[in-house]
Amino acid sequence: MFEAVMFYLFGGVALVSAIGCVASSNIVRVACWLLGALGGVAGLYFLNFANLLGAIQLIVYAGGTLLLIIFGIMLTSKSPWITYNPKRWEVVTAVCVGAALFAGTAIATLSAGLKPGEAPMTANATVKQIGTELLTSYLVPFEAASVLLLAVLIGAAYLARAEKR
Amino acid sequence: MTHATLPWVERSPDFWSRIRLQAQALLLCGGGAMLVVAVFGIALLIQGRDDGVVFWFSVPAPIAFGALLPLAVGALIAGGLIRRGWLLSLIVGGHFIAAGIVNYLILEWLKFDAYVLGILLLLVFPALGCATLLTGFLAVTFYRVFALILPRAAPILFFGGVAALLIVVPWLHALLFEFIKGLMQSELGRNEAVTFFGGGLTIAELSSISPILADRWRFLAYLLWPLQFDVVRDIVCLGGVLGFINVIPLFTIWWERKVSGRIQSRLGPMRVGGWHGWAQSFADGIKLIFKEDFVPPQGDKALFRLAPYLTFVPAVCAFIALPFATLWAFRALDVALVFILAMLGIEVVGVIIAGWASNNKWSVYGSMREACQMVSYEIPMGMALLIPVMTAGTLSLTTIVDDAHFGQTGGFWTWMVFRNPFCFAAALVYFVASLASCKRAPFDLPESESELVAGFLTEYSGFRWCLFFFAEYAAMYVVCGLCTILFFGGWSSPLPAAWALTSDSLFGRAANGVLFSGPLWFVLKSGLLLYVQIWVRWTLPRIRIDQVLYACIQVMLPLTMVLLLGNTFWILLEQQGWGWFTALTGIVNWALAAFGVIVFVVCLYWIIHGYVNNRRLVGTLAIEHLPGA
Repeated sequence: MFEAVMFYLFGGVALVSAIGCVASSNIVRVACWLLGALGGVAGLYFLNFANLLGAIQLIVYAGGTLLLIIFGIMLTSKSPWITYNPKRWEVVTAVCVGAALFAGTAIATLSAGLKPGEAPMTANATVKQIGTELLTSYLVPFEAASVLLLAVLIGAAYLARAEKR
Repeated sequence: MTHATLPWVERSPDFWSRIRLQAQALLLCGGGAMLVVAVFGIALLIQGRDDGVVFWFSVPAPIAFGALLPLAVGALIAGGLIRRGWLLSLIVGGHFIAAGIVNYLILEWLKFDAYVLGILLLLVFPALGCATLLTGFLAVTFYRVFALILPRAAPILFFGGVAALLIVVPWLHALLFEFIKGLMQSELGRNEAVTFFGGGLTIAELSSISPILADRWRFLAYLLWPLQFDVVRDIVCLGGVLGFINVIPLFTIWWERKVSGRIQSRLGPMRVGGWHGWAQSFADGIKLIFKEDFVPPQGDKALFRLAPYLTFVPAVCAFIALPFATLWAFRALDVALVFILAMLGIEVVGVIIAGWASNNKWSVYGSMREACQMVSYEIPMGMALLIPVMTAGTLSLTTIVDDAHFGQTGGFWTWMVFRNPFCFAAALVYFVASLASCKRAPFDLPESESELVAGFLTEYSGFRWCLFFFAEYAAMYVVCGLCTILFFGGWSSPLPAAWALTSDSLFGRAANGVLFSGPLWFVLKSGLLLYVQIWVRWTLPRIRIDQVLYACIQVMLPLTMVLLLGNTFWILLEQQGWGWFTALTGIVNWALAAFGVIVFVVCLYWIIHGYVNNRRLVGTLAIEHLPGA
């Protein structure tokens, strides 16, 4: 009963925030709604005993949202209140991409054969197990992700130094 | 100038008569409450299970008493026998009437073993009311008496009393909690897990444990029954955590003002509360609650209102995972460290939103500085924390102290900071980065009063402003607590745990309790680190934003990377088990420990020296007239 209540609470927070994130046109508010959505998902992770995943979600995305706000203010600020009005083709593209993503996740979830009300995983995903899995079974995706991040890092450094030359 | 002209020394002539009256009132109230309890207790013992008498005692008697009490007191007041107390009698009488009605409902409708429950409620309702009122009276009276007799003892009694309550109540409850769990498992052989709400024993099972619980003292079973669920433990612990978070800023702000005063040859707060203005924070808090609740009309009002909570709530949440001793954690998470860092990270978002939502240039400058500072300093801070984590091989804050192999319980020389040179340097790097993450000077650019008015706080007033400060001081404590746990042995005493007295006598236990008590050492050590943070704030000037970023990116970041690599190699070499390296490790460990002791002794000497000579800088007038100056 308690798990169900908390599940609907966190799920509701994530859902409402996600809708607010899409519906709002003020960039800083969008970032705040995004924080709420990511926090709700982190709550769902904690509810499933995935403590590391939840905490990492908060660390990474709180920092990410922070940067979003900074860019929202610093780079786009011409009037005191920054609003974002998308063009029609942008809306259509976003809806298409979103629908495709949702369909993909929904099919994957439904075909996984999970039933509602099943007992949650109890502390299976410890730090040690996650680390072992990452460096054995999932080594290639892990390395690919780090190479991607390295490329982003180098690109950022290049852009930042470009002005001086 | 004489004492009589100073308002805080002067006492009105009828002061003692008022004190006497209050003491009499206290005795009367307390005696009355005891009498009521005694009567019900005796009635229960004599009557056993006779339902008629129970009904009579549970329903008509309290209602009649509750109705008659205000009338009687009113008559006494009208007759001129007593002057006040009608409101009190009204409250107490109301509680009695409510208890009677609730009892009636239980007895008539629920029909379940209402015999004892009704009596319990009957006692609980008025007792709660009386206790609330009595505590207030008691506190005021005791404070007045003690403030006269022992001006220096009053604040100690107050803060000590609050701290003791916060520690003792959860402790007693935890003992009871463990006791009842043990009882359940040993007596009934039930080993299935007790969940958050469900599982556990029924009242009938519980009362069948012993003949005492089954018969006359069955209400004890009702008292014990809720204690078996985790939710009760959580509520009690949460009360302790919230109380602690409320006391920490009140005390630390006063402490900071005193220390800053001494550093600047001032006295700091001296008036409120008597001895050294110890109640200044309370006065400030009351003032802040009554200030205008201002929201900038041109700002983003919703976010402006949200921001203080977005700052305060994560600071509270960080305490969820912060252990005070081995079993003294609200939740001993396996990833406690990551969780706390996440909470500290979210807190910054609140500050930035606060600055932006104020729609004020100073505020936006403040929050942008905070954002730049935090985004940069999170990296050296996290990497410095990785070094002890790597040495101990765990992210759990309890294991990192208590682990048998890598733990820090074997005396101060086994503390992480003295383990190897890389850990030692990492402690320093972490301390500097934690100053930046708490917005403490020399990194207090988000607030910088001299150039940005008050930075992100400019538009805030009243209770919202107060929340930011609660969050800041709570975060300071969390950061110091992390430093204590990861580098300075956490709750382990400087002596090895193996040296604890083996004697089972009362003296032995008391000595062990003081010398090896976990929470005590934890609070002491993190308090000392807080003190260092205060020194640093009032000693160093604020640095510029470009200096802040230079120090982070070009000095601390490369340094932590070198430390991380060096620590990796050190651990690898240690695992090889070579003799010469083990000897080197021992020598380095002892040298670092000796250096630490020397630094500590020198600091202690200067603290004592400053305390002994603090009167040199205070004027003679102040020494003569201000108590304790």
